[in-house]
Amino acid sequence: MSLADSDRELVVEELEREPTPAEAALFENLWSEHCAYRSSRPLLSAFESEGERVVVGPGDDAAVVALPDPETGENSDTYVTLGIESHNHPSYVDPFDGAATGVGGIVRDTLSMGAYPIALADSLYFGEFDREHSKYLLEGVVEGISHYGNCIGVPTVAGSVDFHPDYEGNPLVNVACVGLTDADRLVTAEAQEPGNKLVLVGNATGRDGLGGASFASEDLAEDAETEDRPAVQVGDPYAEKLLIEANEVLIEDGVIESARDLGAAGLGGASSELVAKGGLGAEIELERVHQREPNMNAVEILLAESQERMCYEVAPENVDRVREVAERFDLGCSVIGEVADGNYTCTFEGETVVDVDAHFLGEGAPMNDLPAEEPDAPETDLPDVDLEDALETVVSSPNAASKRWIYRQYDHEVGVRTSVGPGDDAAVVAVREADTGVAISSGAAPNWTDAAPYEGARAVALENATNVAATGATPLAAVDCLNGGNPEKSDVYGGFRAIVDGLAEMCETLSTPVVGGNVSLYNDSVAGPIPPTPTLAVVGAKAGYDAPPLSVEPEGELVLVGDRALESGDARLGGSEYLARFDGSDRFPALPEEPAALIETLAAVADDDSTLAVHDVGHGGLAVALAEMVTPDAGLEASIPGDDPAGALFHEQPGRALIQTDDPEAVREAFDGVAPVTELGRATDEGRLEIDVGDDRLEVDAATIGDWRATIERELD
Amino acid sequence: MTVSIVRFGGSNCDRDAERALEHLGIDAEIVWHEDGLPADATGVVLPGGFSYGDYLRAGAMAARSPIVAEVREAAAAGTPVLGICNGAQIGCESGLTEGAFTTNESARFQCERVHLRVERADTPWTAAYEEGEVIEVPIAHGEGRYEIDDDRLETLENDGRVLFRYCDADGEPSAAANPNGSKHNVAGVLGERETVAVLMPHPERATLPDVGPTDGQGVLRGFETA
Repeated sequence: MSLADSDRELVVEELEREPTPAEAALFENLWSEHCAYRSSRPLLSAFESEGERVVVGPGDDAAVVALPDPETGENSDTYVTLGIESHNHPSYVDPFDGAATGVGGIVRDTLSMGAYPIALADSLYFGEFDREHSKYLLEGVVEGISHYGNCIGVPTVAGSVDFHPDYEGNPLVNVACVGLTDADRLVTAEAQEPGNKLVLVGNATGRDGLGGASFASEDLAEDAETEDRPAVQVGDPYAEKLLIEANEVLIEDGVIESARDLGAAGLGGASSELVAKGGLGAEIELERVHQREPNMNAVEILLAESQERMCYEVAPENVDRVREVAERFDLGCSVIGEVADGNYTCTFEGETVVDVDAHFLGEGAPMNDLPAEEPDAPETDLPDVDLEDALETVVSSPNAASKRWIYRQYDHEVGVRTSVGPGDDAAVVAVREADTGVAISSGAAPNWTDAAPYEGARAVALENATNVAATGATPLAAVDCLNGGNPEKSDVYGGFRAIVDGLAEMCETLSTPVVGGNVSLYNDSVAGPIPPTPTLAVVGAKAGYDAPPLSVEPEGELVLVGDRALESGDARLGGSEYLARFDGSDRFPALPEEPAALIETLAAVADDDSTLAVHDVGHGGLAVALAEMVTPDAGLEASIPGDDPAGALFHEQPGRALIQTDDPEAVREAFDGVAPVTELGRATDEGRLEIDVGDDRLEVDAATIGDWRATIERELD
Repeated sequence: MTVSIVRFGGSNCDRDAERALEHLGIDAEIVWHEDGLPADATGVVLPGGFSYGDYLRAGAMAARSPIVAEVREAAAAGTPVLGICNGAQIGCESGLTEGAFTTNESARFQCERVHLRVERADTPWTAAYEEGEVIEVPIAHGEGRYEIDDDRLETLENDGRVLFRYCDADGEPSAAANPNGSKHNVAGVLGERETVAVLMPHPERATLPDVGPTDGQGVLRGFETA
């Protein structure tokens, strides 16, 4: 891939000369889809990114949101940062290193804001679990995340794993990071002052990951696993851990004016974006960069994506302190130049190799106006399945099954903040600095957005918000990772546009600003495009760190809130795991009419003293949620109204929760006028699930449920 | 009294140990390994993490660092020393304790809660428990399988220097309850002096009541009783 002819013409017109090889390489990378969002930016204005809690919105390395003061509800001085990144193509070519470096990148985005990383969430998407290649990718990706995340001491507390045949040739690895900072520590990626030094701290620069940004902006070729391996970087979590601690000292010392991590397009990307954001330029001498191998040329130094490097703007009088800290942590450090008025210039051995306007380099790429075709709504074609078979098949399907084999490999407790860890609806992390529990939920649902991109994406947003509310927390903000296929195909682009609009609509309805994100297109291979996949990571806040458990206690009543299908008798199975397993199609469920009030009420009820357990009803539907609540010591007796057993048990309308309570009347009152409430039955002291539905009675004990849910670990252990 | 928590490059449970000790009212400070062990350290924690990235063998590089030589001297003089997870690996690599912690039977990292049986209640680290008591503490390691030759294990057991064993909820040290394939389910051992102990599970992760159970507090209280 080289700079497209039409782009070259624009560059020549601006520069009034031919670009040098280094400039051409910079434009090629920074104007790539991966960096410049040329096909997606026209759509992203749909998102509401402002709100009373938002301190720094989209466009920086990570977003910054103020936590509410638990006493007054006003913004406190304690902030969390949110960022999300995809590492899809590298994880296909080299699952271990691709996934590991994805973690490294989003953690450095957190450091850039003057924050300390306190939690990670990974949303992973693979082809069907019964394919050997999917298992190989899953094992490699999980091991890569485990290796890197565990070593740097950042707990992986939440996430999601989905399997769908259309990820066969292109898995997705989306990683979100939450960091902790405050009003005093906050820095941004906006250069402040001409004359300040630009200091590169971290690993030496080598010839690795050349052209990663442009590699991420093409479809994966059939021979990508061998041909594109040099475009994948190799991570060094030990260096990253040293960088985290060095950054912490530098931030505490107050010697950083602005910061940007080196990610896509390496030093050229980070340094030019930093100064462009401040409306400034730079004078950089490339030979000053500390290098790992001899005889590197200007283009290699400028664009290598060697990992674990940060670019800092430092006032001249503080440069010695930065050197001292870097040395203490055995990190390389070089003063590569300074912030300047005028152009972004780079010299190499006395020769000027780059001399361009930084703003033009960063923002000058023309946007693509692509044709979009609306996807068709599916027709209704329902299979006829025995209910007992359906229960076993759906509960044990890899999408619904336990993910313990995966999250057991992640250190989810380091940092001693994890109050609720993976395997629950949402994680809860203790931010003692503000007496606040931060709830985190991350995920998408490929079956939903495959069946109905717009409604499915609305459902993804509501589902993540419901997960957060099930812990008693109220959503604060979200970041999205929008994954799509080749946008030059009009039906693919139409589906992508629909998920953007759907996600934006529901987030705005829920007053949850989308404060940042990432777009990954060209997730396309010979196997075809991926389903449009809008991973959303939602954070919420609550007073205190406790949350009701997911598992049932042997007492109290069981109530289902938010189920429109039970109320109307019109269950729609579109997008369900049931139809994915048994082949069929249907309309996508109608979503709740008052989602914002529903979320608010659920958060309040979850924290009520009479509430014993809460579980979100989502993937796999009511059947799976009921099964997940049963333990060897406590069970459920549920009677489900209506005459459509399969529809009632397996439809996947989000915005529902099962609540075990001592006081069902209080739950009914709380949801009056907000959402339907159905009393399903009661808890028992026997580890069994008993469901009466239509003319059927389903019975299964906890041991059998555990066995069904062990699909993944049974296969991989 | 101040307990020194030794931070190497790659340590990542140093702050957690500090927070947990301070919750118990035990003064603690983090010490950068290059700065050496403070002369007035009344105790030493070798914390969890991945010192030097564990790129050679877990704990092997740190075990050969100057500060660990000072820790060994302090230990010989009676200063209480507790090695947790990577600190336990450093303890064995440096000869503070016998045996070695090597790759889990599963060959994978495992983060989960396990049951431990308290083998002796008459040591500083277990004085808060009853002998035979079952406590629940998390593990988080990829290299926690305890290995030692049979004769030395027999001596260790006869000398009462096995401190904790992995067990089931009823206190039975069964194969099923052994998370990593450790010989005789050994989870933690004492050094030559009973003021020196290492264990793979993380007591500092089971100490703060605001995020969960607190069965690990008794181990950290060893710095008060030792």
